[in-house]
Amino acid sequence: MSSEAWAETLILIGVLFDLLGTIGLVRLPDVYNRLQAGTKCVTLGTCFILAGAAVWAGGALAMKAVICMAFVLLTSPVGAHALARSAYRSGVAAWEGTVVDDYRGHVERLMHAPTPMKDEATALAQTEIA
Amino acid sequence: MNWVYLAAAGLFVGAFLCLFRIGRGPSAPDRAVAIDILGTLVVGFCCLLAIRTGQDFLMNIAIAWALMSFLGAIALAKYLEGKAFDE
Repeated sequence: MSSEAWAETLILIGVLFDLLGTIGLVRLPDVYNRLQAGTKCVTLGTCFILAGAAVWAGGALAMKAVICMAFVLLTSPVGAHALARSAYRSGVAAWEGTVVDDYRGHVERLMHAPTPMKDEATALAQTEIA
Repeated sequence: MNWVYLAAAGLFVGAFLCLFRIGRGPSAPDRAVAIDILGTLVVGFCCLLAIRTGQDFLMNIAIAWALMSFLGAIALAKYLEGKAFDE
């Protein structure tokens, strides 16, 4: 296969993954499922598109495509993790068919435990007042 | 070059599905997730434009868009969690 045929194959696979991810974003029942389907499929799809561009062009454009691929692979899981954590802590309910929720106990322990930083601050303020 | 137009049409369909979720999403994190994914789709679209026109600078736009989309996702997550950046 020529390099253009390789690039065409990679890009069409990537677009297929992007479409599957966005269909999952629309069809799945709650925010955690949507996040899972969307982020994984779209990251893989965009990386395939960038790899296709690198194969097709070569030179400076290929170098930039590889850098962009590294950025997408590094940042997308971190952003998805932060969004899932904020969704859980802001109290979005999971789908009623959810079986396992291991994070609830951890969050409740964090919510009810006295935070040491705040205690030190109040103690310091009290000594300063006295 | 017809396959570039086919790929762009696929990305357009995905972007409209994201917009549907942004408009419909029952909670704020749903919308934040859809905005994050829309940013990733725009990176792919910049890449297709760079292939079609052969211009290098469109890949610079793609890199910048990926980083800004990440920053936006982190800021939205921190805002929804009700915390500042240094906590």
